[in-house]
Parts: sequence; C-alpha cells; structure tokens
Amino acid sequence: MLDVKAGDEQSFELLLRRYRTPLVNFLYRMVRDSAVAEDLAQEVFLRVYRARKDYAPSAKFTTWMFRIATNLALNSVRDNRYRQSEISMDQAVSVGDDERRSMEVRDLTPTVEQVLVARSRSEMILRAIDALPAKQRAAVLLHKYQELDYDEIARILECSDSALKSLLFRAYETLRIALAPLLNAEKVSSSAPRGV
Amino acid sequence: MRLGGYDAHMSNTKRFEKNCAGMEDKLVQYLDGRAKPAGRRAVEDHLAICSNCRSRAEDFRALFGALDDLPVISPSPWFDASLRARIAVVGGRPGFWGWIPSPRLAFAVAVLVAMSVWLASMPRIANNNSATTRVPAEAEFGMIRDLPVLENYEVISKFDALSELPAPPDDPVAGEMKNETSE
Repeated sequence: MLDVKAGDEQSFELLLRRYRTPLVNFLYRMVRDSAVAEDLAQEVFLRVYRARKDYAPSAKFTTWMFRIATNLALNSVRDNRYRQSEISMDQAVSVGDDERRSMEVRDLTPTVEQVLVARSRSEMILRAIDALPAKQRAAVLLHKYQELDYDEIARILECSDSALKSLLFRAYETLRIALAPLLNAEKVSSSAPRGV
Repeated sequence: MRLGGYDAHMSNTKRFEKNCAGMEDKLVQYLDGRAKPAGRRAVEDHLAICSNCRSRAEDFRALFGALDDLPVISPSPWFDASLRARIAVVGGRPGFWGWIPSPRLAFAVAVLVAMSVWLASMPRIANNNSATTRVPAEAEFGMIRDLPVLENYEVISKFDALSELPAPPDDPVAGEMKNETSE
C-alpha cells in the first residue's frame, strides 16, 4: 500500500488482484446479492485509491480495507436498499448463466442429486448467516472466512477484544441452533454403518 | 467446616456454571487454534468435567466444518474494467482539498496570510524613519504659521491651505485671521 501511496499503479493492480475475490465474497455474504457485492467492492477499491495519499500505516492494510467494506455493507444492510427479502431455490436456479458458471462448489460431484443437495446445504447455511444481526454476521465472516486476527476484527467493528469474543460466541451459538438439523443429519450419516 | 451433601452439590454446580460462563470468551478461540497455552489448558480442563460444554464444543467443530463448505464466488470478468472506468471518472477528479498540493504547503500559506493580516491590523509604531519624516512636517507647519500676514484679502480668502490648518486655541495669529474672515 505504501507503493500505491507513492504513486505506483502496478502495486494497486496487485492489491486489486489479491483482495478482489475475498472482498467480493465477504460483501456477498453480507448483502446476499452478487451485483451489489461487486458494486460495493468497487466502491471499497475506489475509496482506497482516492485515499492512497493520506494512507498512514498505523494499522494493517486489511484492517483498513475491511473496515471500509464492513461500514459500506452495514450501511447497505441498514438501508435495506439491495437486500432481497428471501432467496429461494428457484432464484438460485434462475440466476444468469455467467453467475452460475462463476459459482465454485468445492465438493462438486457428477450427479445432479448431489449438486442439488450441496446447493440446498449452502442455501441453508447462507440463510442462517443472513439471519444473524448485521454486526454478528460481519464478525463471523471476518473471523471464519477472512481469518483476521481478533484485534483486527475488534478494530474493524470498533469494539473491545472481550466484546468481540462474546459477540462471536453468541453468533456461533445462534448458528449452531439454526443449523442443528443439518449438523445432526451429518452426525447420523457419519455414524451410520457403511456398505449396507 | 464441612459442607453437607446438598450444599456441596450446589457449590459445585455454581462453580461449574461460573466456569461455563467463562467458556464464552474462550471456547471459540480454543477451537480456532488461536488460544494461548494457559487459555487452552483452562478450556481442556473444563471440557474434561463438563459434558454440556463438551457437547457444545463438538457442535461448534461440526459447525465450523459446515461453514467451510460455502461456495466461493468469483468476481465477474468485467469487474476490473468497470472499476478502472469508475476510477477514471471519479478517482482522477480531485475534490476541494485535492487542489491543495500538500498539507504542509497549505499550512505555510495559511500562516503567511494570517501573519500578513495581523501585521496590517497592528497600529503603526513610530520608528526612526517616521521620526525623520515628522521633523520636516513640523518645520513646514512652523513656516506656514510664521508667514507674514498678507494684506490682499482676495488671496487670503482663497488660500485653501490656511483653512485646512488646525487652529490652536491660544494662537493669536489664527484668532485674528478668523476674526477678519468672519467680518
């Protein structure tokens, strides 16, 4: 970022390449709309670019960037401008071909049934995350998917370390209860005798 | 004093409850592998004796595994191009403060302007130069005061310079002139 501050355009390209995917995913999971997530991600990069000359390396670059992203996402959620009231399986099927191609499910299997099961599972998890209060959701996404340090997340969310730990515990506890059917089904399937 | 059976049970229960509440701050950090050794030991000791927290920890582990399976979205192919276009439109246009080349220069200019205003608003202090300019003025005033009285009334009445001179109250020459003009 210091190179970007010095006016090195190539370094900005590097930042863009490195952080666009995590940023778009973080924002997508916050606002549940890929177009809005991209728009907000571009806004984050735009703000980083415009503020590059004033950048002071008092904190990690990721802390600064995700702080901007979190604030934008929280505002977007608060305004409820882009948020969809409900995302159903039909909507998932009706998304454009480009978007469908860009979705990468890690456990892709050849059968249609398994793909549908995986998609249903993902939808259930996304819905449970979406139901969390916005600040808890941001905490979970930054902790679980961006793997930021606790003090970084606390800075981004402007809370103390202990408040963050409590926030995370409550968020995971809520998710544990919301996803209990999924987790129990996995327990049963993993404990069931095989080869019957 | 030895506690009775019920009291001992309640004491243990309260202690466990207290420890369970303490798990809120430690369990997630323990499960994600970022707990310090002391915190890790404390959680392990508690999980060894508390089946509720042990069960919760197992559920959290399963939950973390399930959360890992979320699909990853790639940005659209036109993401970069769109961003560059936005930077070209908005990012290249300087804001109000963008016109100032640097904060230091802006500060220096502001200080210079403030000092100029301050100096301009100060009352003029007599210095050597002004003293030298005052001497001829006083000499000139004396010369004018000591001029011989002109007899020509027309010249005196139209001599504007005399009317602009401040007339000292006890100046007999000015008093006479005033009397003459008023007559």
